Amino acid sequence: MTVVVTDNCNACRFTECVTVCPVSCFHGDDSMLYVDPDTCVDCGACVPVCPVQAIYFEHDLPADKAHWLEVNRTRSGSLPVVDERGTPLPGADVQRVALGF
Amino acid sequence: MTSSNTTPLSVAIVGAGPSGFYAAEALLKAGATVALIDRLPAPFGLVRYGVAPDHPKLKQTTLTFAKIAAHPSFHFFGGVDVGSDISVSELQASFNAVIFAHGASTDRRLGIPGEDLPGSHAATEFVGWYNGHPAYRDHVFDLSADSAVVIGNGNVALDVARILVKPVDALRHTDIARHALEQLAESRVRHIAIVGRRGPEHAKFSYKELAELTSIEHCGVECDPADLDPARIPDESAWTPEARRNVTLLRDIAPGMTTASGPGHEASHSCRFHFFRSPRAIYGAARVERIEFANTTPASTFNLTYPGDADRLTSIACGLVFRAVGYRGIPLEGLPFDSERGIVPTLDGRVASAFQDDTARLYATGWIKRGASGIIGTNRADSVAVADTLLRDLAGMTGRDGLTLTRQLLEEKAHRAVSFPDWERIDLAEIEAGGPSGKPREKFTRVEDMMAIVNSVNSVTAPSSITADI
Repeated sequence: MTVVVTDNCNACRFTECVTVCPVSCFHGDDSMLYVDPDTCVDCGACVPVCPVQAIYFEHDLPADKAHWLEVNRTRSGSLPVVDERGTPLPGADVQRVALGF
Repeated sequence: MTSSNTTPLSVAIVGAGPSGFYAAEALLKAGATVALIDRLPAPFGLVRYGVAPDHPKLKQTTLTFAKIAAHPSFHFFGGVDVGSDISVSELQASFNAVIFAHGASTDRRLGIPGEDLPGSHAATEFVGWYNGHPAYRDHVFDLSADSAVVIGNGNVALDVARILVKPVDALRHTDIARHALEQLAESRVRHIAIVGRRGPEHAKFSYKELAELTSIEHCGVECDPADLDPARIPDESAWTPEARRNVTLLRDIAPGMTTASGPGHEASHSCRFHFFRSPRAIYGAARVERIEFANTTPASTFNLTYPGDADRLTSIACGLVFRAVGYRGIPLEGLPFDSERGIVPTLDGRVASAFQDDTARLYATGWIKRGASGIIGTNRADSVAVADTLLRDLAGMTGRDGLTLTRQLLEEKAHRAVSFPDWERIDLAEIEAGGPSGKPREKFTRVEDMMAIVNSVNSVTAPSSITADI
Protein backbone atom coordinates (compact mmCIF):
# COMPACT_ATOMS: atom_id res chain seq x y z
CA MET A 1 0.00 0.00 0.00
CA THR A 2 1.02 3.61 -0.45
CA VAL A 3 -0.32 7.12 -0.64
CA VAL A 4 -0.96 8.79 -3.98
CA VAL A 5 -0.55 12.45 -4.97
CA THR A 6 -3.36 13.52 -7.31
CA ASP A 7 -4.34 16.42 -9.55
CA ASN A 8 -4.79 19.19 -6.97
CA CYS A 9 -1.01 19.24 -6.53
CA ASN A 10 -0.53 20.25 -10.13
CA ALA A 11 -0.13 24.04 -10.40
CA CYS A 12 0.26 24.32 -6.60
CA ARG A 13 3.21 22.23 -5.43
CA PHE A 14 2.99 23.46 -1.86
CA THR A 15 5.54 20.86 -0.61
CA GLU A 16 4.12 20.78 2.93
CA CYS A 17 3.98 17.02 2.55
CA VAL A 18 7.73 16.55 2.20
CA THR A 19 8.39 18.24 5.54
CA VAL A 20 6.62 15.46 7.42
CA CYS A 21 7.60 12.43 5.37
CA PRO A 22 9.67 10.10 7.57
CA VAL A 23 11.18 8.24 4.62
CA SER A 24 11.77 10.99 2.02
CA CYS A 25 9.68 9.22 -0.60
CA PHE A 26 8.48 12.29 -2.50
CA HIS A 27 9.92 12.98 -5.93
CA GLY A 28 9.16 16.06 -7.99
CA ASP A 29 9.23 17.81 -11.30
CA ASP A 30 8.46 21.47 -11.90
CA SER A 31 4.72 21.11 -11.64
CA MET A 32 4.00 18.61 -8.89
CA LEU A 33 5.18 15.87 -6.53
CA TYR A 34 4.85 12.10 -6.70
CA VAL A 35 5.19 9.36 -4.08
CA ASP A 36 7.44 6.36 -4.62
CA PRO A 37 5.04 3.56 -3.65
CA ASP A 38 7.84 1.17 -2.73
CA THR A 39 9.36 3.49 -0.15
CA CYS A 40 6.14 4.90 1.32
CA VAL A 41 5.34 3.32 4.70
CA ASP A 42 1.66 4.36 4.84
CA CYS A 43 2.14 6.50 7.91
CA GLY A 44 -0.29 9.06 6.49
CA ALA A 45 1.54 12.07 7.90
CA CYS A 46 1.33 13.87 4.55
CA VAL A 47 -2.41 13.44 3.99
CA PRO A 48 -3.73 16.07 6.41
CA VAL A 49 -0.98 18.65 5.81
CA CYS A 50 -1.61 19.24 2.10
CA PRO A 51 -3.39 22.59 1.79
CA VAL A 52 -5.39 21.28 -1.18
CA GLN A 53 -5.96 17.70 0.03
CA ALA A 54 -4.22 16.27 -3.02
CA ILE A 55 -3.01 13.10 -1.26
CA TYR A 56 -5.04 9.93 -0.77
CA PHE A 57 -4.33 6.56 0.77
CA GLU A 58 -4.32 4.08 -2.09
CA HIS A 59 -7.43 2.32 -0.84
CA ASP A 60 -9.29 5.65 -0.64
CA LEU A 61 -8.61 6.75 -4.20
CA PRO A 62 -11.83 7.82 -5.90
CA ALA A 63 -12.49 5.98 -9.16
CA ASP A 64 -11.81 9.06 -11.26
CA LYS A 65 -8.34 9.41 -9.69
CA ALA A 66 -7.32 5.76 -9.81
CA HIS A 67 -4.92 6.39 -12.68
CA TRP A 68 -2.75 8.55 -10.42
CA LEU A 69 -1.43 5.42 -8.72
CA GLU A 70 0.49 4.44 -11.84
CA VAL A 71 1.49 8.05 -12.57
CA ASN A 72 3.08 8.29 -9.10
CA ARG A 73 4.96 5.05 -9.57
CA THR A 74 6.26 5.92 -13.03
CA ARG A 75 7.11 9.57 -12.43
CA SER A 76 8.79 9.00 -9.05
CA GLY A 77 11.02 6.43 -10.68
CA SER A 78 12.70 9.01 -12.89
CA LEU A 79 12.64 12.18 -10.80
CA PRO A 80 14.85 13.41 -7.96
CA VAL A 81 13.81 13.22 -4.31
CA VAL A 82 12.29 16.36 -2.87
CA ASP A 83 12.77 16.40 0.88
CA GLU A 84 12.94 20.06 1.71
CA ARG A 85 10.17 22.61 1.69
CA GLY A 86 10.20 24.65 -1.52
CA THR A 87 8.40 27.70 -2.86
CA PRO A 88 4.93 26.91 -4.14
CA LEU A 89 4.24 27.68 -7.79
CA PRO A 90 3.09 31.21 -8.61
CA GLY A 91 -0.68 31.22 -8.43
CA ALA A 92 -0.75 28.34 -5.92
CA ASP A 93 -2.80 30.33 -3.43
CA VAL A 94 -5.24 31.43 -6.11
CA GLN A 95 -5.55 27.81 -7.15
CA ARG A 96 -6.11 26.74 -3.56
CA VAL A 97 -8.99 29.16 -3.15
CA ALA A 98 -10.43 28.13 -6.51
CA LEU A 99 -10.38 24.50 -5.35
CA GLY A 100 -12.43 25.47 -2.34
CA PHE A 101 -9.78 25.35 0.41
CA MET B 1 27.08 26.70 6.96
CA THR B 2 30.27 25.43 8.58
CA SER B 3 32.73 27.04 10.91
CA SER B 4 35.25 29.68 10.03
CA ASN B 5 38.24 27.36 10.45
CA THR B 6 38.77 23.92 8.97
CA THR B 7 37.25 22.00 11.89
CA PRO B 8 33.56 21.52 11.18
CA LEU B 9 30.96 22.36 13.79
CA SER B 10 30.28 19.41 16.02
CA VAL B 11 26.89 18.79 17.56
CA ALA B 12 25.85 16.19 20.12
CA ILE B 13 22.31 14.89 19.86
CA VAL B 14 20.87 13.12 22.89
CA GLY B 15 18.40 10.43 21.86
CA ALA B 16 18.55 8.26 18.74
CA GLY B 17 14.86 8.18 17.94
CA PRO B 18 13.24 9.79 14.90
CA SER B 19 13.66 13.39 16.06
CA GLY B 20 17.36 12.79 16.79
CA PHE B 21 17.98 11.18 13.42
CA TYR B 22 16.16 13.90 11.48
CA ALA B 23 18.15 16.58 13.31
CA ALA B 24 21.32 14.66 12.46
CA GLU B 25 20.31 14.51 8.81
CA ALA B 26 19.79 18.26 8.58
CA LEU B 27 23.09 19.00 10.34
CA LEU B 28 25.07 16.54 8.22
CA LYS B 29 23.69 18.17 5.05
CA ALA B 30 25.16 21.44 6.32
CA GLY B 31 28.60 19.93 6.86
CA ALA B 32 28.53 19.48 10.63
CA THR B 33 29.85 16.46 12.51
CA VAL B 34 27.22 14.70 14.58
CA ALA B 35 27.49 12.50 17.67
CA LEU B 36 24.13 10.77 18.22
CA ILE B 37 23.95 9.42 21.75
CA ASP B 38 21.47 6.91 23.16
CA ARG B 39 21.38 5.17 26.50
CA LEU B 40 20.54 1.87 24.83
CA PRO B 41 22.91 -0.04 22.55
CA ALA B 42 20.03 -0.21 20.06
CA PRO B 43 19.08 3.04 18.30
CA PHE B 44 15.72 4.11 16.83
CA GLY B 45 13.78 4.87 20.00
CA LEU B 46 10.04 4.34 19.73
CA VAL B 47 10.26 3.10 16.15
CA ARG B 48 11.87 0.00 17.66
CA TYR B 49 10.15 0.08 21.04
CA GLY B 50 6.83 1.82 20.42
CA VAL B 51 5.52 0.93 16.96
CA ALA B 52 3.51 -2.26 17.34
CA PRO B 53 5.05 -5.53 16.11
CA ASP B 54 2.14 -6.08 13.70
CA HIS B 55 2.98 -2.78 11.97
CA PRO B 56 6.21 -3.87 10.28
CA LYS B 57 5.90 -1.41 7.42
CA LEU B 58 6.14 1.54 9.75
CA LYS B 59 9.28 0.04 11.26
CA GLN B 60 10.88 0.33 7.83
CA THR B 61 11.64 3.93 8.72
CA THR B 62 14.77 2.45 10.30
CA LEU B 63 16.09 2.00 6.75
CA THR B 64 15.98 5.78 6.38
CA PHE B 65 17.81 6.16 9.69
CA ALA B 66 20.47 3.67 8.58
CA LYS B 67 21.08 5.77 5.45
CA ILE B 68 21.59 8.82 7.65
CA ALA B 69 23.94 6.79 9.84
CA ALA B 70 26.04 5.84 6.82
CA HIS B 71 27.24 9.44 6.43
CA PRO B 72 30.97 9.60 7.27
CA SER B 73 30.47 12.50 9.70
CA PHE B 74 27.80 10.60 11.65
CA HIS B 75 28.87 8.82 14.82
CA PHE B 76 26.59 6.76 17.06
CA PHE B 77 27.35 6.43 20.77
CA GLY B 78 25.01 3.72 22.03
CA GLY B 79 24.83 2.49 25.59
CA VAL B 80 25.78 5.94 26.90
CA ASP B 81 23.38 7.42 29.43
CA VAL B 82 23.46 11.20 29.44
CA GLY B 83 23.15 11.89 33.12
CA SER B 84 25.01 8.93 34.58
CA ASP B 85 27.69 8.02 31.99
CA ILE B 86 28.30 11.53 30.72
CA SER B 87 26.85 14.75 31.99
CA VAL B 88 25.11 17.57 30.19
CA SER B 89 27.92 19.91 31.29
CA GLU B 90 30.55 17.53 29.88
CA LEU B 91 28.72 17.64 26.54
CA GLN B 92 28.53 21.43 26.77
CA ALA B 93 32.28 21.53 27.33
CA SER B 94 33.01 19.38 24.28
CA PHE B 95 30.63 20.32 21.47
CA ASN B 96 29.52 23.51 19.69
CA ALA B 97 25.91 22.66 20.47
CA VAL B 98 23.75 19.96 22.01
CA ILE B 99 20.27 19.00 20.81
CA PHE B 100 18.12 17.16 23.31
CA ALA B 101 15.89 14.66 21.54
CA HIS B 102 15.40 12.13 24.31
CA GLY B 103 11.67 11.96 23.91
CA ALA B 104 9.05 10.94 26.41
CA SER B 105 9.68 7.60 28.04
CA THR B 106 7.31 7.54 30.98
CA ASP B 107 3.56 7.65 31.28
CA ARG B 108 1.05 10.31 32.20
CA ARG B 109 -0.87 9.09 35.20
CA LEU B 110 -4.61 9.29 35.74
CA GLY B 111 -4.15 10.69 39.25
CA ILE B 112 -6.98 8.64 40.74
CA PRO B 113 -7.23 6.39 43.79
CA GLY B 114 -6.36 2.76 43.18
CA GLU B 115 -4.12 3.57 40.23
CA ASP B 116 -1.31 1.47 41.68
CA LEU B 117 -3.35 -1.65 42.45
CA PRO B 118 -1.97 -4.85 40.94
CA GLY B 119 -3.55 -5.12 37.51
CA SER B 120 -3.41 -1.39 36.82
CA HIS B 121 -0.67 -0.59 34.32
CA ALA B 122 0.72 2.11 32.11
CA ALA B 123 0.35 1.40 28.40
CA THR B 124 3.94 2.61 28.05
CA GLU B 125 5.09 -0.39 30.11
CA PHE B 126 2.92 -2.86 28.21
CA VAL B 127 4.12 -1.51 24.86
CA GLY B 128 7.76 -1.52 25.97
CA TRP B 129 7.28 -5.05 27.28
CA TYR B 130 5.85 -6.56 24.11
CA ASN B 131 8.45 -4.70 22.07
CA GLY B 132 11.31 -6.16 24.09
CA HIS B 133 12.57 -3.01 25.80
CA PRO B 134 15.20 -4.05 28.39
CA ALA B 135 13.61 -1.89 31.11
CA TYR B 136 10.36 -3.89 30.96
CA ARG B 137 11.83 -7.29 30.20
CA ASP B 138 10.87 -8.76 33.57
CA HIS B 139 7.43 -7.22 33.89
CA VAL B 140 4.65 -9.71 34.41
CA PHE B 141 1.13 -8.93 33.31
CA ASP B 142 -1.57 -11.08 34.86
CA LEU B 143 -3.67 -11.81 31.80
CA SER B 144 -6.00 -14.26 33.54
CA ALA B 145 -8.83 -11.75 33.84
CA ASP B 146 -11.71 -11.88 31.37
CA SER B 147 -12.05 -8.11 30.98
CA ALA B 148 -9.63 -5.24 30.54
CA VAL B 149 -10.25 -1.52 30.37
CA VAL B 150 -8.04 0.75 28.29
CA ILE B 151 -8.27 4.44 29.21
CA GLY B 152 -7.41 6.69 26.28
CA ASN B 153 -8.39 7.54 22.75
CA GLY B 154 -5.09 7.63 20.88
CA ASN B 155 -3.34 5.10 18.68
CA VAL B 156 -1.54 3.64 21.70
CA ALA B 157 -4.90 2.76 23.27
CA LEU B 158 -5.89 0.94 20.08
CA ASP B 159 -2.50 -0.80 19.89
CA VAL B 160 -2.96 -2.16 23.41
CA ALA B 161 -6.47 -3.37 22.64
CA ARG B 162 -5.41 -4.92 19.36
CA ILE B 163 -2.45 -6.81 20.80
CA LEU B 164 -4.73 -8.15 23.54
CA VAL B 165 -7.48 -9.39 21.20
CA LYS B 166 -5.47 -10.51 18.20
CA PRO B 167 -5.04 -14.29 17.94
CA VAL B 168 -1.55 -15.22 19.10
CA ASP B 169 -0.93 -16.99 15.79
CA ALA B 170 -1.24 -13.61 14.07
CA LEU B 171 1.62 -12.32 16.24
CA ARG B 172 3.82 -15.38 16.10
CA HIS B 173 5.77 -14.27 13.01
CA THR B 174 6.30 -10.64 14.01
CA ASP B 175 9.21 -9.20 15.95
CA ILE B 176 7.20 -9.27 19.17
CA ALA B 177 9.35 -10.21 22.16
CA ARG B 178 9.35 -13.93 22.92
CA HIS B 179 8.45 -13.46 26.58
CA ALA B 180 5.40 -11.44 25.53
CA LEU B 181 4.29 -14.01 22.98
CA GLU B 182 4.49 -16.69 25.67
CA GLN B 183 2.42 -14.70 28.18
CA LEU B 184 -0.12 -13.62 25.53
CA ALA B 185 -0.54 -17.26 24.48
CA GLU B 186 -1.84 -17.92 28.02
CA SER B 187 -4.05 -14.83 28.06
CA ARG B 188 -7.70 -15.25 29.07
CA VAL B 189 -8.52 -11.62 28.30
CA ARG B 190 -11.56 -11.55 26.01
CA HIS B 191 -13.38 -8.24 26.45
CA ILE B 192 -11.83 -4.82 26.17
CA ALA B 193 -13.48 -1.52 26.98
CA ILE B 194 -11.81 1.48 25.37
CA VAL B 195 -12.84 4.57 27.27
CA GLY B 196 -12.48 8.23 26.36
CA ARG B 197 -13.10 11.23 28.54
CA ARG B 198 -14.51 13.37 25.73
CA GLY B 199 -16.73 12.71 22.74
CA PRO B 200 -15.86 10.51 19.75
CA GLU B 201 -15.11 13.53 17.58
CA HIS B 202 -12.13 14.28 19.84
CA ALA B 203 -10.61 10.82 19.62
CA LYS B 204 -7.01 11.09 18.47
CA PHE B 205 -6.69 7.61 17.03
CA SER B 206 -6.35 7.46 13.28
CA TYR B 207 -9.14 6.11 11.10
CA LYS B 208 -6.69 3.57 9.75
CA GLU B 209 -6.10 2.06 13.16
CA LEU B 210 -9.77 2.14 14.06
CA ALA B 211 -10.63 0.32 10.83
CA GLU B 212 -7.85 -2.17 11.55
CA LEU B 213 -9.45 -3.03 14.88
CA THR B 214 -12.73 -3.84 13.15
CA SER B 215 -10.95 -6.20 10.77
CA ILE B 216 -9.83 -8.72 13.39
CA GLU B 217 -11.47 -12.08 12.96
CA HIS B 218 -13.61 -13.25 15.87
CA CYS B 219 -13.50 -9.87 17.56
CA GLY B 220 -16.70 -7.90 17.72
CA VAL B 221 -16.34 -4.14 17.84
CA GLU B 222 -19.15 -1.95 19.07
CA CYS B 223 -20.03 1.33 20.66
CA ASP B 224 -22.97 2.49 22.76
CA PRO B 225 -25.17 4.38 20.26
CA ALA B 226 -26.02 6.87 23.03
CA ASP B 227 -22.39 8.03 22.95
CA LEU B 228 -22.75 8.81 19.25
CA ASP B 229 -26.04 10.67 19.52
CA PRO B 230 -25.79 13.86 17.44
CA ALA B 231 -27.51 15.69 20.28
CA ARG B 232 -24.45 15.08 22.46
CA ILE B 233 -21.90 15.97 19.83
CA PRO B 234 -21.39 19.45 18.43
CA ASP B 235 -21.76 20.61 14.86
CA GLU B 236 -19.94 18.27 12.50
CA SER B 237 -18.82 21.02 10.13
CA ALA B 238 -16.10 21.98 12.63
CA TRP B 239 -14.58 18.50 12.67
CA THR B 240 -11.42 17.36 10.92
CA PRO B 241 -11.95 14.95 8.00
CA GLU B 242 -10.33 12.23 10.14
CA ALA B 243 -12.77 12.84 12.99
CA ARG B 244 -15.69 12.63 10.60
CA ARG B 245 -14.47 9.29 9.26
CA ASN B 246 -13.93 7.94 12.76
CA VAL B 247 -17.42 8.87 13.92
CA THR B 248 -18.98 7.50 10.72
CA LEU B 249 -17.26 4.17 11.30
CA LEU B 250 -18.26 4.11 14.95
CA ARG B 251 -21.86 4.79 13.94
CA ASP B 252 -21.69 1.94 11.42
CA ILE B 253 -20.61 -0.56 14.04
CA ALA B 254 -22.65 0.83 16.94
CA PRO B 255 -25.88 -1.14 16.45
CA GLY B 256 -24.44 -4.49 17.38
CA MET B 257 -21.54 -6.83 17.40
CA THR B 258 -19.90 -6.70 14.02
CA THR B 259 -17.10 -9.08 13.38
CA ALA B 260 -14.80 -9.33 10.41
CA SER B 261 -16.00 -12.89 10.13
CA GLY B 262 -19.46 -11.58 9.32
CA PRO B 263 -22.86 -11.77 10.97
CA GLY B 264 -23.78 -15.05 12.51
CA HIS B 265 -20.20 -15.84 13.43
CA GLU B 266 -19.45 -16.20 17.09
CA ALA B 267 -17.31 -13.39 18.43
CA SER B 268 -14.89 -14.83 20.94
CA HIS B 269 -13.48 -11.37 21.76
CA SER B 270 -14.95 -7.92 21.92
CA CYS B 271 -13.87 -4.30 21.94
CA ARG B 272 -16.43 -1.79 23.13
CA PHE B 273 -15.95 1.95 22.88
CA HIS B 274 -17.24 4.25 25.59
CA PHE B 275 -17.07 8.03 25.45
CA PHE B 276 -17.85 10.86 27.83
CA ARG B 277 -16.46 8.95 30.81
CA SER B 278 -13.79 10.31 33.12
CA PRO B 279 -12.09 7.74 35.40
CA ARG B 280 -12.67 8.48 39.06
CA ALA B 281 -11.26 5.53 41.01
CA ILE B 282 -10.07 1.96 40.65
CA TYR B 283 -11.39 -0.47 43.23
CA GLY B 284 -10.26 -3.89 44.35
CA ALA B 285 -9.23 -5.84 47.42
CA ALA B 286 -5.88 -7.32 46.39
CA ARG B 287 -6.03 -6.36 42.73
CA VAL B 288 -8.15 -4.46 40.23
CA GLU B 289 -11.80 -5.49 40.34
CA ARG B 290 -13.60 -2.53 38.84
CA ILE B 291 -13.08 0.99 37.62
CA GLU B 292 -15.53 3.79 38.27
CA PHE B 293 -16.26 6.66 35.90
CA ALA B 294 -18.07 9.96 36.13
CA ASN B 295 -20.13 10.69 33.06
CA THR B 296 -19.10 13.89 31.35
CA THR B 297 -20.99 16.11 29.00
CA PRO B 298 -19.48 18.44 26.43
CA ALA B 299 -20.00 21.43 28.69
CA SER B 300 -18.46 19.90 31.79
CA THR B 301 -15.77 17.72 30.18
CA PHE B 302 -12.87 19.57 31.77
CA ASN B 303 -14.52 20.08 35.11
CA LEU B 304 -12.90 17.29 37.03
CA THR B 305 -14.58 17.85 40.37
CA TYR B 306 -17.78 15.91 40.74
CA PRO B 307 -19.49 16.54 44.07
CA GLY B 308 -20.72 12.99 44.67
CA ASP B 309 -23.50 12.97 42.09
CA ALA B 310 -24.08 9.23 42.41
CA ASP B 311 -26.40 8.68 39.47
CA ARG B 312 -23.80 10.08 37.10
CA LEU B 313 -21.31 7.36 37.97
CA THR B 314 -20.82 4.13 36.06
CA SER B 315 -18.55 1.18 36.70
CA ILE B 316 -16.91 -1.45 34.58
CA ALA B 317 -15.91 -4.72 36.22
CA CYS B 318 -12.47 -5.77 35.06
CA GLY B 319 -9.19 -7.35 36.11
CA LEU B 320 -6.89 -5.08 34.13
CA VAL B 321 -6.66 -1.36 33.55
CA PHE B 322 -4.24 0.17 31.07
CA ARG B 323 -3.84 3.92 31.14
CA ALA B 324 -2.96 5.19 27.66
CA VAL B 325 -3.36 8.90 28.21
CA GLY B 326 0.00 9.95 26.91
CA TYR B 327 3.72 9.55 27.24
CA ARG B 328 5.62 11.99 29.41
CA GLY B 329 9.19 13.26 29.47
CA ILE B 330 11.60 12.71 32.34
CA PRO B 331 13.77 15.53 33.78
CA LEU B 332 17.49 15.56 32.98
CA GLU B 333 20.00 17.18 35.32
CA GLY B 334 21.42 20.32 33.80
CA LEU B 335 18.24 21.13 31.90
CA PRO B 336 15.14 23.03 32.88
CA PHE B 337 11.95 20.98 33.10
CA ASP B 338 8.28 21.84 32.94
CA SER B 339 6.79 19.18 35.18
CA GLU B 340 3.26 20.19 34.28
CA ARG B 341 3.78 19.25 30.63
CA GLY B 342 6.70 16.86 31.02
CA ILE B 343 8.90 18.80 28.59
CA VAL B 344 12.05 20.89 28.41
CA PRO B 345 10.84 24.45 27.94
CA THR B 346 12.15 26.07 24.78
CA LEU B 347 11.66 29.09 22.60
CA ASP B 348 12.05 28.38 18.87
CA GLY B 349 13.86 25.21 19.86
CA ARG B 350 16.41 26.99 22.08
CA VAL B 351 16.54 25.86 25.70
CA ALA B 352 15.87 28.64 28.22
CA SER B 353 18.82 31.04 28.27
CA ALA B 354 19.60 30.69 31.97
CA PHE B 355 20.94 27.24 31.16
CA GLN B 356 23.06 28.41 28.26
CA ASP B 357 26.62 29.49 28.73
CA ASP B 358 29.53 30.43 26.51
CA THR B 359 30.52 26.86 25.90
CA ALA B 360 27.74 25.23 23.90
CA ARG B 361 24.26 26.24 22.81
CA LEU B 362 21.45 23.96 23.91
CA TYR B 363 18.39 23.01 21.88
CA ALA B 364 15.56 20.51 22.04
CA THR B 365 13.44 18.76 19.45
CA GLY B 366 10.82 16.04 19.24
CA TRP B 367 8.57 14.93 22.07
CA ILE B 368 10.78 16.30 24.84
CA LYS B 369 10.17 19.72 23.28
CA ARG B 370 6.59 19.51 22.00
CA GLY B 371 5.08 16.96 24.34
CA ALA B 372 4.03 13.51 23.23
CA SER B 373 1.91 14.19 20.19
CA GLY B 374 2.25 13.60 16.49
CA ILE B 375 3.55 10.64 14.53
CA ILE B 376 6.99 9.70 13.26
CA GLY B 377 7.03 12.17 10.39
CA THR B 378 5.86 15.07 12.55
CA ASN B 379 9.30 15.06 14.11
CA ARG B 380 11.02 15.60 10.79
CA ALA B 381 9.57 19.06 10.27
CA ASP B 382 10.34 19.94 13.90
CA SER B 383 13.95 18.71 13.77
CA VAL B 384 14.68 20.39 10.45
CA ALA B 385 13.46 23.70 11.88
CA VAL B 386 15.51 23.34 15.08
CA ALA B 387 18.63 22.38 13.12
CA ASP B 388 18.10 25.43 10.94
CA THR B 389 17.88 27.69 14.01
CA LEU B 390 21.03 26.08 15.42
CA LEU B 391 22.99 26.57 12.20
CA ARG B 392 22.00 30.23 12.00
CA ASP B 393 22.91 30.74 15.68
CA LEU B 394 26.32 29.12 15.20
CA ALA B 395 27.22 30.68 11.86
CA GLY B 396 30.88 31.66 11.82
CA MET B 397 31.64 29.88 15.07
CA THR B 398 34.90 27.98 15.50
CA GLY B 399 34.43 24.23 15.19
CA ARG B 400 35.21 22.05 18.22
CA ASP B 401 36.34 18.46 18.14
CA GLY B 402 33.49 17.13 20.25
CA LEU B 403 34.05 13.57 19.07
CA THR B 404 37.62 13.28 20.34
CA LEU B 405 36.76 14.95 23.63
CA THR B 406 33.81 12.58 24.14
CA ARG B 407 35.83 9.51 23.27
CA GLN B 408 38.52 10.59 25.73
CA LEU B 409 35.92 11.12 28.45
CA LEU B 410 34.37 7.71 27.90
CA GLU B 411 37.79 6.05 27.80
CA GLU B 412 38.71 7.64 31.11
CA LYS B 413 35.55 6.14 32.55
CA ALA B 414 36.32 2.78 30.88
CA HIS B 415 32.93 2.97 29.22
CA ARG B 416 32.53 1.09 25.94
CA ALA B 417 30.21 3.00 23.65
CA VAL B 418 28.37 1.14 20.89
CA SER B 419 29.12 2.41 17.39
CA PHE B 420 26.71 2.10 14.49
CA PRO B 421 28.72 -0.77 12.96
CA ASP B 422 28.52 -2.43 16.42
CA TRP B 423 24.72 -2.00 16.31
CA GLU B 424 24.67 -3.54 12.84
CA ARG B 425 26.26 -6.66 14.29
CA ILE B 426 23.54 -6.80 16.95
CA ASP B 427 20.98 -6.22 14.18
CA LEU B 428 22.30 -9.12 12.11
CA ALA B 429 22.41 -11.38 15.16
CA GLU B 430 18.76 -10.56 15.94
CA ILE B 431 17.71 -11.27 12.35
CA GLU B 432 19.56 -14.58 12.43
CA ALA B 433 18.01 -15.49 15.78
CA GLY B 434 14.51 -14.87 14.39
CA GLY B 435 14.99 -17.21 11.43
CA PRO B 436 14.17 -20.55 13.07
CA SER B 437 10.82 -19.28 14.39
CA GLY B 438 9.89 -17.48 11.17
CA LYS B 439 10.23 -14.06 12.78
CA PRO B 440 11.90 -11.09 11.10
CA ARG B 441 14.10 -10.89 14.20
CA GLU B 442 14.32 -12.11 17.76
CA LYS B 443 15.16 -9.00 19.76
CA PHE B 444 17.76 -9.10 22.47
CA THR B 445 15.88 -7.97 25.54
CA ARG B 446 18.84 -7.56 27.85
CA VAL B 447 21.60 -5.00 27.43
CA GLU B 448 24.16 -7.63 28.52
CA ASP B 449 23.17 -9.81 25.57
CA MET B 450 23.58 -6.92 23.15
CA MET B 451 26.97 -6.04 24.65
CA ALA B 452 28.06 -9.67 24.41
CA ILE B 453 27.65 -9.41 20.64
CA VAL B 454 29.48 -6.08 20.57
CA ASN B 455 32.37 -7.38 22.65
CA SER B 456 32.66 -10.76 20.98
CA VAL B 457 35.78 -11.36 18.96
CA ASN B 458 34.09 -13.49 16.32
CA SER B 459 31.94 -11.07 14.39
CA VAL B 460 29.05 -11.99 12.16
CA THR B 461 29.44 -10.94 8.53
CA ALA B 462 30.96 -7.48 8.48
CA PRO B 463 28.22 -5.00 7.62
CA SER B 464 28.78 -3.35 4.27
CA SER B 465 28.36 0.14 5.72
CA ILE B 466 31.82 -0.07 7.25
CA THR B 467 33.24 0.20 3.76
CA ALA B 468 30.58 2.46 2.30
CA ASP B 469 32.02 5.43 0.49
CA ILE B 470 29.69 8.36 0.54
